Amino acid sequence: MIGFVARRLLQAIPLLIGVSLIGFGLMHLAPGGPLAVYTLNPTIQAQDIERIRIIFGLDQPIHVQYVKWATGIVSGNWGYTFFGGRPVLDVILERLPATMLLMGSALSVAILLGLSIGILGAVRRYSVFDVLATTGALFALSFPTFWFGLMAIYVFAIQLRWLPSGGMWELGEEGNILSLLRHLVLPTMVLALVITATWSRYSRSAFLEVMHQDYMRTARAKGLPPRQRLLRHAFPNAAKPLIALLGVELPFLFSGALVTETIFGWPGMGRLFVDALNMKEYPVLMGMMMFTAIFVIIGNLLADIAIAAIDPRVRLQ
Amino acid sequence: MSAAVSAPEGQLARVWQRFRRHRLALAGAFVVALLMASALFASVFAPQDPTLLDTSLRFVPPFTDWRYPLGTDELGRDTLSRLLHGGQVSLTVGLVAMVTTVLTGALIGIAAGYLGGIADTLLMRFVDTMLCFPQVFLLLVVAAFVPPTLLSISLVIGLTSWMEVSRIVRAEILHLKEQDFVAAARALGASRTRIMVRELLPNAAAPILVAATLKVASAVLMESYISYLGYGVQPPLASWGNMLTNAQGYFDTVPWLAILPGAAITLTVMGFNFLGDGLRDALDPRLRMDP
Repeated sequence: MIGFVARRLLQAIPLLIGVSLIGFGLMHLAPGGPLAVYTLNPTIQAQDIERIRIIFGLDQPIHVQYVKWATGIVSGNWGYTFFGGRPVLDVILERLPATMLLMGSALSVAILLGLSIGILGAVRRYSVFDVLATTGALFALSFPTFWFGLMAIYVFAIQLRWLPSGGMWELGEEGNILSLLRHLVLPTMVLALVITATWSRYSRSAFLEVMHQDYMRTARAKGLPPRQRLLRHAFPNAAKPLIALLGVELPFLFSGALVTETIFGWPGMGRLFVDALNMKEYPVLMGMMMFTAIFVIIGNLLADIAIAAIDPRVRLQ
Repeated sequence: MSAAVSAPEGQLARVWQRFRRHRLALAGAFVVALLMASALFASVFAPQDPTLLDTSLRFVPPFTDWRYPLGTDELGRDTLSRLLHGGQVSLTVGLVAMVTTVLTGALIGIAAGYLGGIADTLLMRFVDTMLCFPQVFLLLVVAAFVPPTLLSISLVIGLTSWMEVSRIVRAEILHLKEQDFVAAARALGASRTRIMVRELLPNAAAPILVAATLKVASAVLMESYISYLGYGVQPPLASWGNMLTNAQGYFDTVPWLAILPGAAITLTVMGFNFLGDGLRDALDPRLRMDP
């Protein structure tokens, strides 16, 4: 097991280098380079820009700049924001809890619902429930997240007035858990819709695949009750592709969170990304690209390790 | 020698048989055909000029004035005409992006699968790297750099979503290249490029076709996302995404302005998704996912 983890860790290194090259390349592909925001400002003189260029080290050869930037990423110096000069990593990290809360609650709801729907569909294959669930999942996958969000706001916030339409707290209620939960309901629902659909589809096919294998027939022949067959025998094997899905879905989760946070004014990382984009805050944008990519790599790594922990065969490959 | 191009009639008939049984796929095909026709003849069907302003006729509700069947927006523009022309824009972006995705993905997938070795490793690591970034993030960063035109938006969407296609094609090629007809082509002295393009590509057509159909759906969705966030199709050109952005400001009083373009996006995405799902079941029963 230790050998497997070490191997997977080593495999993650080229991926990290690749990610950093793309992130760095994108920043320098921007018209006007990373300093475009200053060149567009008429009150800043050409010699000032030249001075800033030297201060930021942008006059040096590109590979020197890359090495400097990459060592900065590793050592926790992710650069500074154009407006306010705050450390980029701090700006990102202070938005992390809100996004984690939203993604965590959406993911828990979606996995619980999607898994139940998928397993039930697999057990009662081709039943009315199964046909409705699979068709419904395909419908849900076709909904544009932002439109579903707007409709949810219209129905539940504007018409019924049951829930707040956006933000994380009421004014003056910061820290109130009840207020937070009320604000969490709609964004969670919107973000969870598509993930639930994906999970119900994948868990259905994962369970269908496992349930027709020989060892399941043996378990049945031994006279094990259905519940035990499903949970003790089918579940571990069916869980493997689903854990992998968890890793693969991470980037998608960030994309979904970006749109959801924008609609609901949720003060998380997605919202930060859109704001940084509007203000041409390249250091923040590149920091966020790196942050999410590293997050995704770690997520996939953990998923692989979890799969290897369940299934010894994977470790030996 | 390209077996798939001249598929025996019996096989095509079987595919059609399987496709026909899939009722949702038939509905999807119908919706797609309808949308294509309405986009193609948008200027014929549209009752008004989609950019014509008439501030004396703002917020006409749908089904109240025969000159404006679906009402008017905040500037008195005809909603139906804007929906039709917006559809033209969304479908154009969707199709061009799909072609870009499929070309890039197929090219990289074939090269990686057939050449193998170092080329395969490098190309697939590149795919892995690209997949670490959330697509919306990549899309928005590049869209913010590049001046938004219909072509640039389509290309950017296409170039940030080819990775899955290349994986699908590579897997297919790895399976195909062990087959006898490839050995035969090699024995006949066919060049590597010829084998890749003339022998392998047509035989990988089925999974590519399925992926292409599903990619139109996701490209239409992506266009609406970035247009909604202001980095896609720019006004006065109407797209379903930017119609939604406009509508958001009057959302609590005139919800239909937001409901209509959203419904159009959903219908389009659904049409292509159902069609793609049905094609997958019909072309390759092994990949079947739904009842």
